[in-house]
Amino acid sequence: MSVRYPRPMLRRSLLIAASAAAALALAACGKKGEAPAGAASAPQAGGAASGAAPLKVAFAYVGPVGDGGWTFAHDNARKKLEQTFGSRIQTSFVEKVPEAADAERVFRDLVQQGNTLVFGTTFGYMAPMLKVAADSPQVRFEHATGYKQAANLRSYDARTYEGAYMAGVVAGAMTKTGTLGVVGSIPIPEVIRNINSFTLGAQSSNPKVTVKVVWVNEWFNPPQETNAAQTLINAGADVLMQNTDSSAVLQTAEKNGKYAFGWDSDMSSYGPKAHLGSAVIDWSPYYIASVQAALDGTWSAGPGKHSWWGVKEGAIDLVALNAAVPAEVKARVDQVKAGLKDGSFVIWKGPIAGQDGKEVLARDKVADDAFLQNIRFYVKGVEGQVPAGK
Amino acid sequence: MDAWALLIAATLNAGTLVALAALGLLINERAGVVNLGAEGMMLVAAIAGFAAAVHSGSDLVGFLSGIGAGALMALVFGALAVYLNTNQYATGLALSLFGAGFSAFVGQNYVQAKLGPRPAFAVPGLADIPFIGPALFKQHPLVYGAIALTALLAWGLTRTRAGLVLRAVGESPESAHALGYPVRRIRLLAVVAGGALCGLAGAYCSVIYTPLWVEGMIAGKGWIALALTSFATWRPARVLLGAYLFGGVTMLQFHLQGQGVQVASQFLSMLPYLATIVVLVLISRNEGFIRANMPASLGRPFHPGG
Amino acid sequence: MLKLEPRPQPSAAMSLASPLIALALTTLIGVAIFVALGKDPLQGLRMFFWEPLRNGYALGELGLKATPLVLIALGLAVAFRANVWNIGAEGQFVAGALAAGWVAMQADAGSTTLIVLPILLAGVLGGVAWASITAALRDRFHANEILVSLMLVYVAELLLQYLVYGPWKDPAGYNFPQTITFLPATQLPKLFTGTRLHIGVWIALAAVIGCWWLLMRSMAGFALQTGGIAPMAARYAGFSSRAALWGAMTLSGGLAGLAGALETAGPLGQLTPYVPVGYGFAAIIVAFVGRLHPVGIVLSGILMSMFYIGGELAQSRLGLPKAITGVFQGLLLFCLLACDTLIHYRVRRVAGLGVRGVDKEQR
Repeated sequence: MSVRYPRPMLRRSLLIAASAAAALALAACGKKGEAPAGAASAPQAGGAASGAAPLKVAFAYVGPVGDGGWTFAHDNARKKLEQTFGSRIQTSFVEKVPEAADAERVFRDLVQQGNTLVFGTTFGYMAPMLKVAADSPQVRFEHATGYKQAANLRSYDARTYEGAYMAGVVAGAMTKTGTLGVVGSIPIPEVIRNINSFTLGAQSSNPKVTVKVVWVNEWFNPPQETNAAQTLINAGADVLMQNTDSSAVLQTAEKNGKYAFGWDSDMSSYGPKAHLGSAVIDWSPYYIASVQAALDGTWSAGPGKHSWWGVKEGAIDLVALNAAVPAEVKARVDQVKAGLKDGSFVIWKGPIAGQDGKEVLARDKVADDAFLQNIRFYVKGVEGQVPAGK
Repeated sequence: MDAWALLIAATLNAGTLVALAALGLLINERAGVVNLGAEGMMLVAAIAGFAAAVHSGSDLVGFLSGIGAGALMALVFGALAVYLNTNQYATGLALSLFGAGFSAFVGQNYVQAKLGPRPAFAVPGLADIPFIGPALFKQHPLVYGAIALTALLAWGLTRTRAGLVLRAVGESPESAHALGYPVRRIRLLAVVAGGALCGLAGAYCSVIYTPLWVEGMIAGKGWIALALTSFATWRPARVLLGAYLFGGVTMLQFHLQGQGVQVASQFLSMLPYLATIVVLVLISRNEGFIRANMPASLGRPFHPGG
Repeated sequence: MLKLEPRPQPSAAMSLASPLIALALTTLIGVAIFVALGKDPLQGLRMFFWEPLRNGYALGELGLKATPLVLIALGLAVAFRANVWNIGAEGQFVAGALAAGWVAMQADAGSTTLIVLPILLAGVLGGVAWASITAALRDRFHANEILVSLMLVYVAELLLQYLVYGPWKDPAGYNFPQTITFLPATQLPKLFTGTRLHIGVWIALAAVIGCWWLLMRSMAGFALQTGGIAPMAARYAGFSSRAALWGAMTLSGGLAGLAGALETAGPLGQLTPYVPVGYGFAAIIVAFVGRLHPVGIVLSGILMSMFYIGGELAQSRLGLPKAITGVFQGLLLFCLLACDTLIHYRVRRVAGLGVRGVDKEQR
């Protein structure tokens, strides 16, 4: 193998390159099109809904809008915003923004373009958003699934564990082998909480179920999700649940004649026979409320300002239940939903025991949000150890 | 017992993907050309195959599209590396990088698409034998196709004239040229054939293995296939075994997780890659062994003028 | 009819012009893509070529992005010239980030900015150590360095994941996979207020000069490159191929590790699973487009950064798909390789049907 290169004539090469670069820059310069459109609306605390300049709202997504899962759900909510508010707002989005150093540049650019309400839809944007928020006090920032806030940045999240619980109620009733399987994404508290809630729900239908977990260590990797699902099926699970974002688990279940649930959005069409129900997130109630507050001038943030919405606020639901699910199970799910809506039913209420049998929540004690956000253990019924648990 | 049968079945399935690509790469490497663009070709073929299957409703059309896409990309590579004598490694890398970007670009509209209901396969009669049935006889036809292809290549390389000429071109293109063989045309054909098989593997991934499209879904299997041809010392049967070994280790890591083995899952995920390195080292350590088996002109450009 | 005819010797002029022609070709294809997608091509060009240069902040971001690319590409250039195909620079980048992150986590209230030095040094050592695995396996077992270094990329990424999910996880971080945010003392000193540009730029420029001297003026560099072009001659001249292997791998590994350290102690400020962003692979393109020459690499590094940033802007302002950046990068390399043939061949118009018979090209 040969690589050939002559002795470079340094000055000549620099000259050629520099003049070429200059020529290109001049050419692009001379043909300056119109400046980026959109008048920046001044978002003073008092001001807004004048009807003159629309409120510019921007979204930063970590995945592609077509992922059928997490980002898809956010984008659907964004579209609902456009429907709801019409010409009073102007929305835009940037997709596939990595959770790394580049994110800061994207957020700064969104601010530069006149957006005054910016949504960052994944945990990894926390640090860059805080930095940009500090430099742009006149812009409102909303961060999904985070835990830090600032004077102009607040966080929000969805109680996905409620959807997991309801799925568990159905799973416990439908399993014939008594073994359930969960394809886990990344072992963060939210996912562990979901696994636990799924187990609690299943135990309410069938106290003897066991739950096996296999971790893919990614949010979205269909071939690995397929492998994980197959492994769970091979190990005896006949109802699968996932916290990953693709429909691979459901499709694997369909192929093997087992059951599974959709996650984040309605996945029923991916596995018509296998699909028992989809635990979906609807971000639009929160987004509509946020935009309305911005238009009314009542939007406010600050340390501790964290909204965690669930079935009660219309953010979580279990939809598209399979016709094969018996009527009385469906009725119980509806009962749970109604109970969550009016506050009469609480999922995390003692007595709840950990894997070793010791009580983690005393009888009749209701877990508060702080407890829920720090769950690092498995409840009784889940097999295996929480990965890298310290 | 049942779990082991299912593990074997899953291994065959997972290994077929890599085997198809590796067998294709074996063809062009036997002719002396290294195509590092396997990953890119598989990605483009995956989206081509998936899109074609979505629009036509037919898996076969999907496979043919994948084959076509792989062959086309290989043709571009061949034009550059074989005829214009560009650096094979760099050109192959360019193909991989371009393929990654291009497939993501084209695939955007297909991220949510889905194929029709996936058929279930079983060899009638044989599939009912306890243990061996579920282990071996409930696979997609391509799994058996890969085995047949291995046998065909092994026979073809050693027993046919075409195979002999191919190997001659790979061992000593100058001699083959002197004997009057169109060396560059043979190399190009080998490259295109290799690309076609990589394309088939890519289409298999997106149409059968995980009937979805997602950016980067090949996730390094193209590079694994390249490694396979090396440490299988360019013999078809060894390539197939190596592919199954890799598939097995991949499934094993989930199997171990499912059994509650107390090792951090990330270390289990490392197993396939570490296994590849270990086998590579074991095979390569006898320099004479590798040298005796490697096509002598591998990676070197051929100038007909001498 | 056009025919390719070998030149008696490589054309120096084409060697310089080839990257520029490749860039022009890529731009043309880019315009075609913009039009095909229904976007204004001039606006598209503006996103890629003008917006990243527009003001101080933009230039700062450009420099910030180009710094790791240039550093890694410099090391790769040395390695490729020595015929050592280090494809695993991404893994060495991660290893450097891990080592640097570990040192950064040792900082306490009493640390001063001087801690930046051991952080960067740790990054270099981390990258060197990771690359040494590949070098050792090739040296001792003749294992192909392309495959080993590539497999080690996946291993490095999984190791990073294990550490940030497990032993190095921030105890106050709600169990999210990330380390603590490093103390301000560990942050690289910034060059100008209002940008994120840091001293890494000076380090990169120093590396450019160092590599230029190594390749063009030093005996060691000469030995390295001879081994790459003509291994037999090198052996005859007594140049150790083992020294070339180790020299190339450790240098490219060290520079990649240094880039990892700069990212960690610079814009990132902590370790997360998202440290690897593909610089190790993009640097391969930077190295080739820069003709494996330090000065060329600076220019191509800036060009690649413009592609990255332009692609981001094109997405957020024009609605162009994010994947377009990858397409352009791959296209650039392809066009470059194709244009490179013009260095060794020239195009001639041949009258008539072409001469048969003794023409060696027509076999």
